[in-house]
Amino acid sequence: MTHSSWAYVSNYLIYSAMTVYTLAFFAHAYETAWAVRSPAAEPTQGNLLTKTLDYSRTEKVARIATAFMILGFLLLFAGVVARGISAGRVPWGNMYEFSITGALAFCGAYLAALRKYDLRWLGLLVSIAVLLTLGTAITVLYRPSAPLVPALKSTWLVIHVSAAIISGGVFLLANTIAAAYLYLDSMEQKGERKAWAKRLPSLEVLDQLSYRLIAFVFPLWTFAVIAGAIWAEHAWGRYWGWDPKETWAFITWVAYAAYLHARVTVGWRGRKAAWLCLFAGSTFLFNYVYVNIWGTGKHTYSGL
Amino acid sequence: MDTPIETIELGGVGLLRFLWRQLTSMRTALILLLLLGVAAIPGSLIPQRTQNPMKVRDYFIDDPSVASWMDRFSLFDVYGSAWFSAIYILLFISLIGCVLPRSFEHLRAVRALPPLTPKNLDRMELHQSWAGSGDELTAARAWFKQKHFRIREFEGAISAEKGYVRETGNLFFHLALILILVGVSVGALFGMKGEAIVNVGERFINIPTTYDSLSYGKLFNDASLAPFSLKIEDFQAKYDPLTNAPEDYTLRVSAIESPGSQAKSKVIKVNAPLSFGSTNIYLQANGYSPVVTVRDKNGAVVLQGPTPFLPQDANLTSIGAIKVPDSDPQIGFVSSFLPTASRDKVRGGISAFPEALDPKLLFSVWQGNLGLDRGIPQSVYRIDTSKMQQIGLHSLKVGETFVFSQGSITFDGFVPWVNLQVVRDPGKLYALLGGIVAILGLLASLFTRRRRIWIRVNQSSQVEVAGLAKNGAPGLDKEIAAFVTHLKKVEK
Ligand code: HEM
Repeated sequence: MTHSSWAYVSNYLIYSAMTVYTLAFFAHAYETAWAVRSPAAEPTQGNLLTKTLDYSRTEKVARIATAFMILGFLLLFAGVVARGISAGRVPWGNMYEFSITGALAFCGAYLAALRKYDLRWLGLLVSIAVLLTLGTAITVLYRPSAPLVPALKSTWLVIHVSAAIISGGVFLLANTIAAAYLYLDSMEQKGERKAWAKRLPSLEVLDQLSYRLIAFVFPLWTFAVIAGAIWAEHAWGRYWGWDPKETWAFITWVAYAAYLHARVTVGWRGRKAAWLCLFAGSTFLFNYVYVNIWGTGKHTYSGL
Repeated sequence: MDTPIETIELGGVGLLRFLWRQLTSMRTALILLLLLGVAAIPGSLIPQRTQNPMKVRDYFIDDPSVASWMDRFSLFDVYGSAWFSAIYILLFISLIGCVLPRSFEHLRAVRALPPLTPKNLDRMELHQSWAGSGDELTAARAWFKQKHFRIREFEGAISAEKGYVRETGNLFFHLALILILVGVSVGALFGMKGEAIVNVGERFINIPTTYDSLSYGKLFNDASLAPFSLKIEDFQAKYDPLTNAPEDYTLRVSAIESPGSQAKSKVIKVNAPLSFGSTNIYLQANGYSPVVTVRDKNGAVVLQGPTPFLPQDANLTSIGAIKVPDSDPQIGFVSSFLPTASRDKVRGGISAFPEALDPKLLFSVWQGNLGLDRGIPQSVYRIDTSKMQQIGLHSLKVGETFVFSQGSITFDGFVPWVNLQVVRDPGKLYALLGGIVAILGLLASLFTRRRRIWIRVNQSSQVEVAGLAKNGAPGLDKEIAAFVTHLKKVEK
């Protein structure tokens, strides 16, 4: 196959993935609605490692929804790979490619966490987020497949960017959970949880969950930043130059370090920790959106 | 880690001790950490002198009073400013004050045995009790040994502890951060950085006058410059014919490490610098130098050779100034070089492709005073034409000549130039080492669980088991369940 036909295949796969995520979204929505219409007598609250929700009536739909999420992930994965083949390199050369890979990482983080924790209640949010990201990517950010500029031709691209993208996926998952925490917490402070929210995990569980995700990827993010510094040293002659992209990566790192500190040593839990988590996560997003598109500096690879 | 605030003793020592405790408290560390993150923000939104001096100048031109106020707060030099430095220096003092004592404490703890088994195990987490056979202690000892627990036995009880690596890793992580800071400081004090534009065919000798810009660390001087020299042999740039994007740059040089040593042929690429010890030479940018011969009215050559032009866009449309100070009156050519000449309705003559497929030199000829001797540094790419008069306008292809009232100019051809960046950073290895240790330390501390398990068997063979997970680490319930299952299996 020629390069351009691989690019065509990639686009086709991305569109298919979007269709499947739409199906996943509807399945999750249906599952939620159904469970709310006939709520369990007692909200079930288990330990993190056991099931936290009552799926007794909706198990089948929930399984179908998860199956769609997995299928969407596979299609997206194939789409990203095909994009890489079409360009003859890793598919991380411009913002369109970062976005589809980022969506893949986000969904991957969700599915990986799903193996350990029952997170299916989050599927609704995850499928919307992935759909929005892919939709923006293919309509606004899309660029024809092209080779890399010389500065990006390095093994460090693979190492640094893959670490950064995976960290980003997990950070955003942790953020989604922290946002859910804050939302449910304010609901509980006003009184009881609403019917549909009764089946969601307890605040304690959400708090722990976002902490564990962050503690898990913080070393990876540290690695991504250091790998970036090593690469910058190879390409630009300095490992650190306070370029906007580097500065925001540093801010994200410091913010998550502060988050871990706050938890481990000063004992922040709950709301305070969730806000700090959202702050740290928004520095990551800001770096991705603002610095890539409007920022100046050496990291201008958005291709826009 | 938090020390309760004590009543302040009167006297300087008491106050100092109080301040020290405050500074090294965890709450202060957290505040400083958050402050460092917030303090880094303005520097990414406001242009910085070190990266973007032109934009900073624009601020001063647009609104001088606001700009000078901003300058008073170092907003154009955030990362070298007093207030930014103050935050990270305080943070690192806090870090040292916190981590060093903890390291000694931990060293002692690692050498010591686990504490004795508590009297009342039933008050501890995950307590279980059953009537056993009396062989449990032996079985437990073997199990702990096999799982590399550290154990202490006393009067029918065993205390077992595991996961010291957590604290060790955490300490190494923090100490590694100090090492990174040391590396950064060494680089800033003993390093240098310079840039020079060199035409293909020319020689670069590593002495101060060769550089277009050069800056030294506080403890670096001319004598510390590595004594190498390079001859630029060849530069090849490859571009994608569809998108015009660069695909590959290759620079070949013949390098002499120090006077008297053999010249060696070397290749420099964008991601592959050439190194002499801790000095690296990077390929940073490239462009074209048109080669012209300028003659006076009598046909005598007054200027001959390449002049570097500054690229303006991705297709290397370049501008430049050919100055002939030695003619009378002085002559200047305000020029553009188009590697692949084309026309644009708005911009006029532009280049359509970065490679020199159809090179053209466009210029206007000026005579008068170039203003070179007024002592004000001038851009080599521009001419101040305020004291000059335009006497011609033309464009040339390679080999062509244009004759004007004061003489003639011949466009002989062009050579590529490369911008070499020379950097010496003797601190970067410490920083790298610090980075590696930091990651390993983090992995060790975030992925190990520190926990204790106790077992006691009394005279009547009643077995008691309990545990304690530090930092509320998960998974101890499963571990104790496995332990108990093992003991009960042995009983049967
Ligand atoms: C450059 C600044 C600092 C950074 C980036 C940083 C980062 C971190 C990180 C990521 C952790 C989490 C590791 C874990 O959970 O095991 C941590 C834990 C910790 N840090 Fe820091 N830290 C810094 C400064 C400090 C300072 C100034 C202190 C002392 C005042 C300190 C004392 C501690 C302590 C006691 C822990 C908890 C260890 C535990 O019990 O797990 N750190 N730090």
